[in-house]
Amino acid sequence: MDTAYIGKSRKRVDGVKKVTGSATYAGEFKPEGLVHGYVVNSTIANGKIVAIHTGKAKMIDGVLDIFTHENLPDDVRQNVDYTDPLSPPGHPFRPLYNDQVLYNGQPIALVVAESFELARYAAGLVEVEYLAEECTTDIKKNMGNATTEGVEDTAPDRGNAELSYANAAVKIDVEYSQPRHYHNPMEPHVSIAEWNAKTQSFKIYDKVQGVNSSQEYICGIFNLDTENVQILSPYVGGGFGSGLRPQYQLFLAAMAARELQRPVKVSLTRRQMFSFGHRPACIQQLQMGASKEGKLKSIIHKAYGETSKFEKYNETIVDWSGMMYQCDNVKLEYRLIPVNVYTPMDMRAPGGATGMFALECAMDELAIKANIDPLEFRLLNYADKDQNEDKPFSSKELRECYRQAASHFGWYNRHTKTQIKDDSILVGYGMATGCWEAMQQKSSAKAVLTSSGKLVVSSSTADIGTGTYTVMSQIAGDTLGIAMEEITFQLGDTSLPKAPIEGGSWTVSSVGSAVKAVCNHLKKQLIDLAKVNVDEDLDHVNYDEVSCTDGTLLFPNGTLINMSTLLLTAGLDSIEAENALEPEVRQEQYSSYAHSCVMVEVHVDKDLGMITVPRVTSAIAGGRIINPKTAESQILGAITWGIGMALEEEGMIDDRSGRIMNANLAEYHMAVHADVQQLNVLFVEEHDDIVNPLGAKGLGEIGIVGVASAIANAVFDASGKRVRNLPITLDKLLE
Amino acid sequence: MNDFNYSRFVDIGQAVDDLTKKNYAKPIAGGTNLLDLMKYRVENPHYLLDVNRLPYREIVEASNGGLRLGAMVTNADTAYHSLVEKNYPLLSKAILSGASAQLRNAATNGGNLMQRTRCYYFYDTATPCNKREPGSGCSAFGGFNRIHAILGTSDTCIATHPSDMCVALAALDAEIVVQGGEGERRIPILEFHRLPGDTPQKDNHLKSNEIITFIDLPAETYNQNFAYIKVRDRPSYAFALVSVAAAMKLTDNRIENIRVALGGVSHKPWRLPQVEEKFVGKEANNENFEQLAEELLDGAQGFGDNDFKIKLAHKTIIRALNEARTL
Repeated sequence: MDTAYIGKSRKRVDGVKKVTGSATYAGEFKPEGLVHGYVVNSTIANGKIVAIHTGKAKMIDGVLDIFTHENLPDDVRQNVDYTDPLSPPGHPFRPLYNDQVLYNGQPIALVVAESFELARYAAGLVEVEYLAEECTTDIKKNMGNATTEGVEDTAPDRGNAELSYANAAVKIDVEYSQPRHYHNPMEPHVSIAEWNAKTQSFKIYDKVQGVNSSQEYICGIFNLDTENVQILSPYVGGGFGSGLRPQYQLFLAAMAARELQRPVKVSLTRRQMFSFGHRPACIQQLQMGASKEGKLKSIIHKAYGETSKFEKYNETIVDWSGMMYQCDNVKLEYRLIPVNVYTPMDMRAPGGATGMFALECAMDELAIKANIDPLEFRLLNYADKDQNEDKPFSSKELRECYRQAASHFGWYNRHTKTQIKDDSILVGYGMATGCWEAMQQKSSAKAVLTSSGKLVVSSSTADIGTGTYTVMSQIAGDTLGIAMEEITFQLGDTSLPKAPIEGGSWTVSSVGSAVKAVCNHLKKQLIDLAKVNVDEDLDHVNYDEVSCTDGTLLFPNGTLINMSTLLLTAGLDSIEAENALEPEVRQEQYSSYAHSCVMVEVHVDKDLGMITVPRVTSAIAGGRIINPKTAESQILGAITWGIGMALEEEGMIDDRSGRIMNANLAEYHMAVHADVQQLNVLFVEEHDDIVNPLGAKGLGEIGIVGVASAIANAVFDASGKRVRNLPITLDKLLE
Repeated sequence: MNDFNYSRFVDIGQAVDDLTKKNYAKPIAGGTNLLDLMKYRVENPHYLLDVNRLPYREIVEASNGGLRLGAMVTNADTAYHSLVEKNYPLLSKAILSGASAQLRNAATNGGNLMQRTRCYYFYDTATPCNKREPGSGCSAFGGFNRIHAILGTSDTCIATHPSDMCVALAALDAEIVVQGGEGERRIPILEFHRLPGDTPQKDNHLKSNEIITFIDLPAETYNQNFAYIKVRDRPSYAFALVSVAAAMKLTDNRIENIRVALGGVSHKPWRLPQVEEKFVGKEANNENFEQLAEELLDGAQGFGDNDFKIKLAHKTIIRALNEARTL
C-alpha cells in the first residue's frame, strides 16, 4: 500500500470543529418544540416505593408531565425485551418498571418541563416514600456469597498448580483489591428523542459508543423495526466504556417523547453519571511459585468481582495469568459477588487493567523474593506461545518493548540511582508488562466517489475522541490515492452501513479494514471502467498492478487516468461500493495481542507519604501505527488514567445506605494536570499480516494496562512498603 | 436548585439592610461554593445578594504598616499581589495551594472565610447531617471520615473547615472587619470560626445581618521564617488532609515568636497561642518542635478512617517548623 497518510502524524480532521464549538454533540441539537426531562433518582438501595407524591411539582407552571412506575405506558411495560447487544446474563434493568428499588440512584421518575431549570426545580419537589430493606454493597463482607452462576469459563487449568506451588523453592501468597472506578467522560450522557406519530418512528440523538446498540435497545422496548428507529451520534465527548450499553436517559427520553408527542431531551448531571455502570470492585488472590533460578512453576489466580443483583457482569481478569508467562502449572478461578449496585460495565481495558494489576504486582513480589531483577524475571519466563489456547502469537514484539523501555528509561541504573533526594524524598523505579487483545469484528463500510473527485466513506461506527474520523480518512486516502482534503468520513448514524460498537480497541482493526476493503472495491470498479472506456489494452492488467495517487490511476504500462475524467468519460456522476468484511478464518489459528512495557519513577515523601510520578515510559507494540499523533494521544491519556487508578480513584459507596458519597469531580479524585509530569511513549515496530488486513492492533486500551502495577512496584522500591489495596493513598504509607 | 431572587448592590448600607429584612437571604460573591450547594439543595436561599460591586475590591497598605485586603478581591489577585508576595508570602503560598486556578480566579477573600465543609454527608440531602439539618444525626460517625476532624470535635459533628487561606490568616493573626446593622466590628481570625459543639449548623460567629468588608493583616509579616505545607491526596484541586502554616521570628536560632496553625483537622483553623508562648526563648530545634507538636495535638482523636491524621499532623508540623527555620 502506498502510504502518503498511513503511518504519518495527521491532525484531527474534526479538530477545528471541536475547538471552535461547531462540532455538534448529541445534546446540542435543538429540534423544534424541544422540552426537557430531569431524572429523580432513588435514595435507598433496596426496597420499594410506597408512594411518589408529584402534586407539588405538577403545579409548577411549565411542567408538562411526570412519569413514574405508576403511569408508565402499558405497552412499554409489557415488552420483555430490554436487552442490548452487551447485556450480560440476567435480567436487564427496566426503568420505571415497578415499585422495586434495586440500587441507590435508580431512576424512579422523570419530570418533563419547558426548560431544564424548571424540570430540575420541579424534580426537587417530588417526594418519595420508601419501604427500605437492608442493603449490602461491600464485596469483602460478601465473599461468602461468591457464585459461579452466570460466570463465564476461565481459560482451562493446566498441570498441577497446587502441587507445584507446594514444592516451589520461592513462593508468594498475596491478596490485592481495588475499589469501584467510574468512567466520568467530560460529556455527560444525553439523549434527544423525536417521535413521528405518522410514521411511528423515532429519530434519536444519543451519546453512545455504538448507535446500533441504542437502536436494538429501543426497537426491543417499543416493538419497532430497525427502519423506524434512527440513532445519531456524530461526536462523542469521551466514553471509556460508559457508552457501550444504552443508559437510562435514552429510554426515558424516548418514552416521554412518544407520550408527549414532543421532542424530549434528557441529560444526566455529573452526580447522575455515578448512577449506572462502573468498573467493578475486585478482590484477587494470587499464589505463585518459582524455582531458585527464577523459572515460574505455578500460578494460582482467583478473582472475586462485583456484580448487581440482577445481571452477572463478567470480565476477563484471571486468564491473563495463564497467557502472559511460560508456566506449565496454572489454576484459574473467577467468581461473582452480587450486591445492591447497578450492574458494572466495561471500563477502559475491562478485566485487563484489573487482572494485570494483580499479576504484575505479584510478578514483582516474586522476582524480589527470588532476588532477581523484575525485568530479568519477566524475560526468564517469556511466553513464546499462548499456553491458554496452545496457539502461536500472530506477532509479539514484547521483548523489544522491554529493551526499548529499559534503554530509554534507564532501568539498569536502578541500583545505582539516588535513593534519597532532598532528604525527605525516596526514589523508586517500577515496571510492569501490559497486554490487550487485538480483535477484529465484522464491519461494513460504503464508499462513494463523485466525478468532481470527492470521496465520501461511511460506516455507523463512532469517534469517541479517539480519532476515528481522521484515521479512516487516512486509510481511504491511501487506498484510493485521494487527498484527505477531498475525503469526508461519515459515522454515528444507524442509516449507515453497520459497524461494531466502538470498544475493545477494535475500531481501526475492524472498521479500518472494512474501509480499506471497500476502497479497494471502488478501485477495481475504476479499473474496470478504464478497461471499457479508455483503453482495451488495459484488459490484461491485474488490479494489484495498478496504483492510485493524486486522484489518478497509474497502470503498469505508464498510462495515467484521472479518476474524475474517467467518470465523466463513462458518463457517470459517481460510483459507489459497499461491503461487509469479516475476519479471515486463518486468524483463528493465532492469538493476537498488543503488548507494552511500562516503567515509572516515583518519589515518595518519607514522612508524609505523598507520592508523585515524575516519569513514565511506555513502550508499545501495537502493530502498525496508522497515525502516530492520535496514537500517542491515546497512550498519554491512558497512562494518566493509570496514575489515577494507582494513587487516587475510588468510588466510595457507604455500605449503610448503598449511596455513593463522592459523586462529583471534586471528591472523586482522578489524575489532574499537576499529577502528570514526563510521559514518554515509544512505539515499537511490529509487523503483523495476520491480525487484520491493516496490521494495526488498536491502542484504546493497552496504554492503561500495567500502569497501576508499575507505580505500585515503584512505590515498593522507594519505600519498602507493599500496598496491595488500591488506591495507594498516603495514609497507607505512614508507619 | 430552587427559585430565587437576585439583586446587586453597590452600597453596603443597602446590602446590610436587605440582608436584615429579607427572609433567607445570602450574600454571593464568587459563588464557587454557594452555587454548588444550591444545586445540591443544601442551601435554598430565597434571595441572593450580589456583593461583588461593593467597594471592597482593593488591597491597600494600612497606616499601621499592615495590609488591608478587600473582601471582594479574588483569591488569585490577593495571592499574586506584590505586597502580599513580598510581605506575606505565607498567605500567598497558602492561597495558591488551594482549589484550582479557575476557582481562585472567581473565589473572593470574604467567600473563602465563608466556605462550608467538604463533609460528604453535608452535601447529600439524602443522608442525615447535623450541620445541614440539626438533630438529624451525623453520618460521618461510622461512615467515610478519612477527611474529618481530629481536634475540637463534638458528638454532633466532626466536619472540618476546608480553607487553606484561613490557616495562613490564623498564623498571621489577621482580623476580619464586618459591617452589620449595628455598624462595623472587628473579629480576630481565631474568634471568627467556631467549634461545632451542639450547634454544628453554625460555622462562624458572623451575625445573620453582617457582611465581611475587609481582612486586616497586622504589620508583623513573618516573611523570613515561614512555611505552608499542605498534605493532600493529589497535587492540585484537593482539600488538605492536614495543612500547617508555621511562622517564626528567630534570633541566633532562638525563638522570639512562633505561630503554628493547622488546617484539615478541625472545624476551624487550629491554633493554640498559649502553647506557642511556652516556646518563646527556646532554641529552634527538633526536640522543641517535637514537644510543640505534641502539645498542639493534645487530645486529638480519630474516628476510624482518619486515625492516621494524628500521626500525619505531627509529622507535618515538624516538617513545616524545620522548613520555616531553615528558609
